[in-house]
Amino acid sequence: MPLFRSTREPIDPLVADLTAALDADRVRADGAQRSLAAHDASVFDGGIAGPVCFPETTEEVQAIMRIAEQHGSAVVPRGAGTGLAGGAIPLGRPVVVSTGRMNKVLSVDTDNRIAWVQPGVINLDLSKKLRPKGFHFAPDPSSQQVCTLGGNVANNSGGPHCLAYGVTDAHVVSLEVVLPDGQVAVLGGAEDETPGLDLRGAFVGSEGTLGIATKIGVRITPNAPAVRTLLLSFATVRDAAQTVSDIIAAGVVPAALEVMDQRMTVAVENYVAAGYPTDAAAVLLAEVEGLDGGVEIDAARIEELGRANSATDVRLAGSEKERAALWKGRKTAFGAVAQIAPDYYLHDTVVPRARLADILEQIYEITDRHEVTVMNVFHAGDGNLHPLLVFDAREQGTLERVHAAGAEILRASLAAGGVLSGEHGIGVEKQAYMDELFSPADLDHQNRLRQAFDPACRANPGKVLPMGHSCADIQALREMPTGVWG
Amino acid sequence: MSTLTSTDRALHDFAAQVGAEDPIAVEGNRTRWHLGGPLDELARLVEAPTGIVDYQPSEMVVTVRAGTTVAELHETLAAAGQTSALPDRGGTVGGAVAVGENRLDRLGRGSARDAVLQVRYVSAEGEIVTGGGPVVKNVSGFNLPKLIVGSLGTLGLIAEVVLRTNPLPPVQRWIRAERVDPRDIRDALLRPGAVLWDGTSSWALVEGHEVDVDAEVDKLATLADIADVDGPPELPPHRWFLSPQGAAHVDTMTDGAFIASIGVGTVWAEEPPQPAEPDPVAAQIAERTKRLFDPSGRLNPGRRAGA
Repeated sequence: MPLFRSTREPIDPLVADLTAALDADRVRADGAQRSLAAHDASVFDGGIAGPVCFPETTEEVQAIMRIAEQHGSAVVPRGAGTGLAGGAIPLGRPVVVSTGRMNKVLSVDTDNRIAWVQPGVINLDLSKKLRPKGFHFAPDPSSQQVCTLGGNVANNSGGPHCLAYGVTDAHVVSLEVVLPDGQVAVLGGAEDETPGLDLRGAFVGSEGTLGIATKIGVRITPNAPAVRTLLLSFATVRDAAQTVSDIIAAGVVPAALEVMDQRMTVAVENYVAAGYPTDAAAVLLAEVEGLDGGVEIDAARIEELGRANSATDVRLAGSEKERAALWKGRKTAFGAVAQIAPDYYLHDTVVPRARLADILEQIYEITDRHEVTVMNVFHAGDGNLHPLLVFDAREQGTLERVHAAGAEILRASLAAGGVLSGEHGIGVEKQAYMDELFSPADLDHQNRLRQAFDPACRANPGKVLPMGHSCADIQALREMPTGVWG
Repeated sequence: MSTLTSTDRALHDFAAQVGAEDPIAVEGNRTRWHLGGPLDELARLVEAPTGIVDYQPSEMVVTVRAGTTVAELHETLAAAGQTSALPDRGGTVGGAVAVGENRLDRLGRGSARDAVLQVRYVSAEGEIVTGGGPVVKNVSGFNLPKLIVGSLGTLGLIAEVVLRTNPLPPVQRWIRAERVDPRDIRDALLRPGAVLWDGTSSWALVEGHEVDVDAEVDKLATLADIADVDGPPELPPHRWFLSPQGAAHVDTMTDGAFIASIGVGTVWAEEPPQPAEPDPVAAQIAERTKRLFDPSGRLNPGRRAGA
């Protein structure tokens, strides 16, 4: 089937219909555009995109859905493509719907403390726009300079400051969504409680499998007047992890509690010179927000608990500049690894906080055994681990070792009472592990939820649920991407 | 695999009681029994299992069976300086989750919907289904807990939940304020537990470290005539669901007594609420959901979430 328009070849009827509904500039079926849309930020290759559409309105998204339905095509929504689990990788040549042109902040309603945005608005752009009004959008994924709010909704994204404020689903009040049949539903609203099933809550984190959000109402959070940022150094990772548990047990809920191991701090120091000690086995970056008096008390308590766990150094950021440098180090951690090796595979699991130290020891053991370098930087306060396996894919056999180590890390996390993903999602990455966390009945019920929105399985098919449990998957899914492991 | 251990005997027994055939409903303490319409009288009544299964204060999660009262749960949590986002109105944990309403101090404690990390329920087919996970952060698969909270037992009968807990603030002070726009109180306080308004007087739950609470109360004193009070005012019986702005203007919508939750939107009023007009397409999704989860319509027959 020809997908390239040329004077000699007939125009693909799907592309022709899409072009008639949008315009030629905003329906791209050329190889370059389709190749771009075939990847996200994960290690998975081999997605095959159909035409890539750039709608600007809800009506255009409806038109795309209906045309795709008429042609028997699936539809895959796409934000900035920063996903790490392959959730945006197009399987089976679907129509790709980019939200890139739906990038307007529609209104900021400080009375209701809600911002109404289109899905292509970039996370950090919203917070920048809110700053003069004294508010921000709380979820702050590491990719916040580029990732979109539509993508945040699809993945129920987290970030370092979600410890105190909650992840995306606690901040989404309303969603206008276009269903795979082209109908528009409004889920939730400015009302705090809406009677009936919480379809809004069910949609958040559904990885594009229920429809496309075209308008999002998000809670905006007032900026705290006082903040204290501490950097605690430890001679062992275990001491750092124990301090995290003790802080939570003491009733302190910091805005953020982030741990980095020594390999990571060394890489970050070489990269941006953020001011981290390079001789500590682990550092804990703790931040408390609130009013002046309370943050002093909480910061003192964190220092006390750190020292009780043999902290070798406790430093309070003395200025906004110093604080910004510490956070820059944390948020550029993944960029810093490029100097270690050309490729990385970032994992994402959650364990009970009390198991953090045990699991980290297992992760070091597993990666040593597979001869893979691991670096750790993670949301310790949530028990959310991000082991980063760094490697050079050009070395033969390396990728296999990386995948084998990753699989063992996942299973160790499950064995510790954890879950498969804290914030990256399942996508294609962890589908094969879903039945290690859930029973067939559990997966069947997840599939029923999926079917209530998308009976024909045309929204981002082949994701999240393992093949045997997902609704009658469309035949187009014969073409699986390479590198999908399990 | 969520294999069941011997401690889950109670869940198995509950599933066996529920069975897979006849019309069935679960009964808690009937504190919100009227919600969702009258129960079909043919429905057989069962009670959910009770007991706190596991509680680790440093994890800020608790595993509790649905028949446990919220009062018993909160007593256990309070001993470790914690509480949950579920309202205690004399009912059970399962009832509170099935209803999904928030506490009066929702601003401080968060929403009931965000508190349920994992749910185990008995399906229409009589199977135990687990949704979500027992940790504070989780995006593994579809969010069944969100669907179950507020579903009035129409999609599955709740047997056990894992709840997020949160620390009780060191100090909590209820303040009554006169001659002030309640929205100014809301804006003046960084993280109030609650701000209420009856059309004349306002109430604020000021909470946190003592030094902060004192500073915030001093700030309120510059805005209004204030006095310390024992607690919130008595709440009228009917619950309205408005936006925060709507609640701040509810005095134009009713002649009866009301208490409005400022910054939240919930209003307790003497008069019953106007029936909500649900989004028609969302209503279709909700109907499909019910048919898919309960094809024979045996779970809580007669009831409908949002009715």
